Amino acid sequence: MVIENFTPLPALIGGGLIGSAAALLMLFNGKIAGISGITKGILGECPTPQERFWRIAFTLGLVLGGAAMVYALPAATALSLKLNPAQMALGGLLVGVGTAMGNGCTSGHGICGLARRSQRSLGSVITFMGVGFVVMFVMSHLIGVARF
Amino acid sequence: MKIYLSAFVSGLIFAIGLGISGMMSPQKVQGFLDLAGRWDPSLALVMGGGLAVTFVTYPLIFKRKAPILSDHFALPGQAKIDPKLIGGAAIFGSGWAISGLCPGPALANLGSFNPGVWAFVGMMLLGFVIYPRLSQIGTPRSLPGVETPAQKQERCEEECVVD
Repeated sequence: MVIENFTPLPALIGGGLIGSAAALLMLFNGKIAGISGITKGILGECPTPQERFWRIAFTLGLVLGGAAMVYALPAATALSLKLNPAQMALGGLLVGVGTAMGNGCTSGHGICGLARRSQRSLGSVITFMGVGFVVMFVMSHLIGVARF
Repeated sequence: MKIYLSAFVSGLIFAIGLGISGMMSPQKVQGFLDLAGRWDPSLALVMGGGLAVTFVTYPLIFKRKAPILSDHFALPGQAKIDPKLIGGAAIFGSGWAISGLCPGPALANLGSFNPGVWAFVGMMLLGFVIYPRLSQIGTPRSLPGVETPAQKQERCEEECVVD
């Protein structure tokens, strides 16, 4: 194992901000900051207008804040990466179906669920990380799909 | 109005955190998942840093009777781990490795106008929409299109409340 590109300080500070955003949403709105669930809720037929609007407001903040980061820290984003659209489309479909089926993603289960001491979230995080490691190994060391 | 403002600000801070942490780069995410290659442990510290904040603040927040701007906390129940949870997480984990993106960083990256990111987000949204239909394949529906209010309530709770 060779450690490369490790950026411990920005990782901790950025992570702390992500956790603070989740804490704010819980303190003020009483909601879990799970991105897959929030976005899925916008598209669903179920939420009341109010349920839909706060989700849209959160997502708008995420997209606009992200756009600001693309201009502030371009090298730390996907701006100049060559991403194979077919590979990204496949990844997106799996992420969409998988998070809908498993009720959450890195944020909902990882940052929020573990903080609620949820057994389901722990099971989810161990599974998606474990499978992520295995699929990455198969891709880059067995079938030779290069990392971005 | 205030709940929309606080949701917007939370989304904004979330995105700034993603940007500073480096997690908007699919390269760094794949670098974390590639244990056997040139390994980049940063993601572990992002999760650790985020979790440190929520792990401490959540119990303090839950001491309140209700959130500041709402009358109750919307929390999923503590159900048991089931095959659906694990299967979904496994499908998600494979897509995460293939693309180096999960939902938050993907949406935050829309402003990069990278075609790969837009392809990812388009298909992710499609996945959200088709999953309820996929999950119904093979399960007989007694009365298609007709639901009692109680059944609808039950289905909506299952679809809308997230962990």
